[in-house]
Amino acid sequence: MSTRPATLDTMRRLPEYLVIWVPLLLAAGHLISFALWTIWVSFTPSTLVPVTGWVGLRNYNAVLATRNWNIAFDNLLLFGTAFVLLSLLMGLGLAILLDQRIRGENVLRSIFLYPLALSFVVTGTAWSWLLNPGIGIQKLVNNLGWTSFRFDWLIDRDMAIWTIVIAAVWQSSGFAMALFLAGLRSVDADLVKAAQIDGAGPLRIYRRVILPVLWPITVTVVVIQLQFAITTFDLVRALTGGGPGIATQLPALVVYDFMFQRGLLGRGAAAAVLMLLTLLAVLLPYWAWRYVQHRRASRA
Amino acid sequence: MHRGAFTPGRAFVYAVVCLIAAAYLLPFAVVALNSLRTAEEIAQTSMIGWPQSWAFGNYAIAWDKFCVAQTCSGIQPYMANSALVTIPATIISTLLGAVAGYAVSLWRFPGDRWIYGIITIGIFLPQQMRLLPWTIVLRETALTNTLTGLVLIHTIQGLSFTTLFCRNYYVAIPQELMRAARIDGAGFFRIFWRIVLPLSPPILIVTVIWQFTHIWNEFLYGVTFTTGQQQPVTAALISLTAAVADVPQHGVQSAAVMIAALPTLLVYLFGGRYFVRGLTAGAVK
Amino acid sequence: MSALTIRDVSKKFGATEVLKDINLEIGSGEFTVLVGPSGCGKSTLLNIIAGLERQSAGTIRIADRVVNDVAPKDRDIAMVFQSYALYPSMTVRQNITFGMECRNVPRPQRDEAVARVARLLQIEALLERKPAQLSGGQRQRVAMGRALVRDPLLFLFDEPLSNLDAQLRVEMRMEIKQLHQRLGSTMVYVTHDQIEAMTLATRIAVMRQGVVQQFADPETVYNRPANLFVARFMGAPPMNTLPARLEAAPDGTVAVIGDVRLPVPAEAGRWIGREVVLGIRPECIAESTRHFTDTPGAVITMTAPVEMVEPTGAETIVVLRLGNERVLGRVSPDLRHRPGDTAPFTVDTRKVSLFDPTTGDRVV
Repeated sequence: MSTRPATLDTMRRLPEYLVIWVPLLLAAGHLISFALWTIWVSFTPSTLVPVTGWVGLRNYNAVLATRNWNIAFDNLLLFGTAFVLLSLLMGLGLAILLDQRIRGENVLRSIFLYPLALSFVVTGTAWSWLLNPGIGIQKLVNNLGWTSFRFDWLIDRDMAIWTIVIAAVWQSSGFAMALFLAGLRSVDADLVKAAQIDGAGPLRIYRRVILPVLWPITVTVVVIQLQFAITTFDLVRALTGGGPGIATQLPALVVYDFMFQRGLLGRGAAAAVLMLLTLLAVLLPYWAWRYVQHRRASRA
Repeated sequence: MHRGAFTPGRAFVYAVVCLIAAAYLLPFAVVALNSLRTAEEIAQTSMIGWPQSWAFGNYAIAWDKFCVAQTCSGIQPYMANSALVTIPATIISTLLGAVAGYAVSLWRFPGDRWIYGIITIGIFLPQQMRLLPWTIVLRETALTNTLTGLVLIHTIQGLSFTTLFCRNYYVAIPQELMRAARIDGAGFFRIFWRIVLPLSPPILIVTVIWQFTHIWNEFLYGVTFTTGQQQPVTAALISLTAAVADVPQHGVQSAAVMIAALPTLLVYLFGGRYFVRGLTAGAVK
Repeated sequence: MSALTIRDVSKKFGATEVLKDINLEIGSGEFTVLVGPSGCGKSTLLNIIAGLERQSAGTIRIADRVVNDVAPKDRDIAMVFQSYALYPSMTVRQNITFGMECRNVPRPQRDEAVARVARLLQIEALLERKPAQLSGGQRQRVAMGRALVRDPLLFLFDEPLSNLDAQLRVEMRMEIKQLHQRLGSTMVYVTHDQIEAMTLATRIAVMRQGVVQQFADPETVYNRPANLFVARFMGAPPMNTLPARLEAAPDGTVAVIGDVRLPVPAEAGRWIGREVVLGIRPECIAESTRHFTDTPGAVITMTAPVEMVEPTGAETIVVLRLGNERVLGRVSPDLRHRPGDTAPFTVDTRKVSLFDPTTGDRVV
């Protein structure tokens, strides 16, 4: 009846405590102390080395006033929105297509998912070649005879951010597909039978019975993809290096720039905390939503 | 909608799916093909094309001759670095995560919920929040610019995921099994060795594959805390592919990219099922 | 000597009290069944006896040794679980010997013990298999084997048959009973199934909401339930309980239910003139040709309208009106009553129970 796990009341021996607590304290302790320490540094006048002192919000104001950060944040809004929407659509589309009992589903699924196993450095490099007008797709089309064809987003200040969207969607939409497909497959077969007996056609069953199951998954996918977008670093480094100029800066690059290229640790830490706050703006509502869902489910 | 019935609608589905699949394969196929083309051939046409003469020599050059920033050792030392970081960090973090997951899921002790809650934060806390503290820790322990330093970082950072994976797997072990074992007189370690660990291969494979892929592919820590000959392959690759200043070497560079991608790609080919399970398990926390 | 003494044991989970002052004294060789609806605390009590959970107050004594602070492995007990809890990665043999392995029993002794138990339970052929390769019934046997091999002071069973299908459950029930008769060990058995309780127990403890309602042998629990809860919980279909009024009659006391007057035991005399709840088992109401007893006055015959008929094969349950109350009776399957008929019935009044309508406690 009661399924509470056993208590460790009989555990009086040291090795057991060590084995339990060392990894747990390492895992939990470093997170808390590291996060708190970075937050603390963001309020100090630290430059090349961390120093004590209190400058209030000066680092934050400084970061928020830089062009670098503002461009990065604008880019994040554009990139985040476009990337999440496109990979959601792509993932859902692929999941629905694969759900049509087609042949070779396993092979196709592997193809859509393989970019996830690759380093962003690898994929970023591959895309930087493809999108490079001098050697990539533009060159190919030009060689084929259409000499006026232009596809030079990579070196176009206004369009360069879209190359990151393309590469990111290509790399991550398989993840959305995997979750959506799992959701589609989790629909109770009896539910579909009941709908068939009610006289619903395949399309109506899909729209009214199956797709509604997906919306909690959609929220999860959106949150995870946003989390990825906010922390994107490697892909940009490999694909555009933040350029042309600083046209494709993202917050994670700004943090790195402050900390290790300009030696402004206080500002770097402040930028990192701003990143964390952005992330929390996504995660806290999500956790609240999950909590409500959980409460509702356990009450039912 | 039955398998085999071929209608115009299904033909359309197949056409669309195959087209998208081709698009997904394209970037990697381009790199793979270029790794077998000569630099001249690429310069004359474009990155996209079928090799006219198979330049297998690209791989040999990329492996141990190609020059990056004055050192002409190819990609080989960086591959060794990545292996020396990834393999120990994967093994240690998986083992520690298994024990921690076991303790958190199957035993009760004061503070267990709190500890577990904090560990899950590690899934979300951005790496940027940990960069500075790691800088200090590595400096204090004299591990800056060493592979040991990277092993330390990846082991400890990996604990969040490995603990979470194992914990979520172990909570499904029935409490009655634990009770039976306690009545039989088995303690913390014996239950782990004789009962829990033999049940663990599926989750250990998932965890190992997840850790291996992520540590191998990791870039930020590698580029921040190591330089020159100590860099893992992802960090080295950036400087290598960026070395386009003098003569473009796209064939050899492609070969280098292929070599760097190969370990995780092989893991994916042979353990794809477990890799995807890790992906979705990480998502549905 | 008592094998198990439970004194003033209570258990709280936070603010909820799942066990309230439990007192049970179980003699050596007894087969005690803890029975009750889910959530009554019976499994918690068993876990406390095993030492898997700690009571909030009170003492547990096994063979006159207080075991409050003794770990489960040192209590000299064995336990069979509902899910069998076989270690999935071990063979049957390893499952059975795991306890001995933990106690560092030498290998020859282990082999000997396994052989003995395997013979007893006829699982010799299964010893090298893994639990996943066994059927439900075989797993159940292995779980029993793991308990038997310990030769403990006390066997604990936590709903061991509830995962078996109906037919197997009956077979295993008989085997457990035979085993108890053969070994003469002390057993404590938890179930929610009152038939299991009746068939297996030498004594039954009926529990509800953390309180033992009655602790007695099966016959007493069935025929003289301590209160309305026990009356309705034990027996299927359950005991009929009807509001009645006791009146004095020339030849003793009668219970008046509408227009029906049932003679009741003379001890009920002090309740004359008051309302009671009358309990009568369905098997005490039968067709008019049934012969219950020769005792004069113990049996009455009456006619009643039939509302519904449920044939079960071996007998037929009839729902009829008795003084405007619905009651169940058990009649011969040869009778072909139809709803709406009015038919004669015989009522055996010797085993009538009377309960206080406010407290629910037994009056007579």
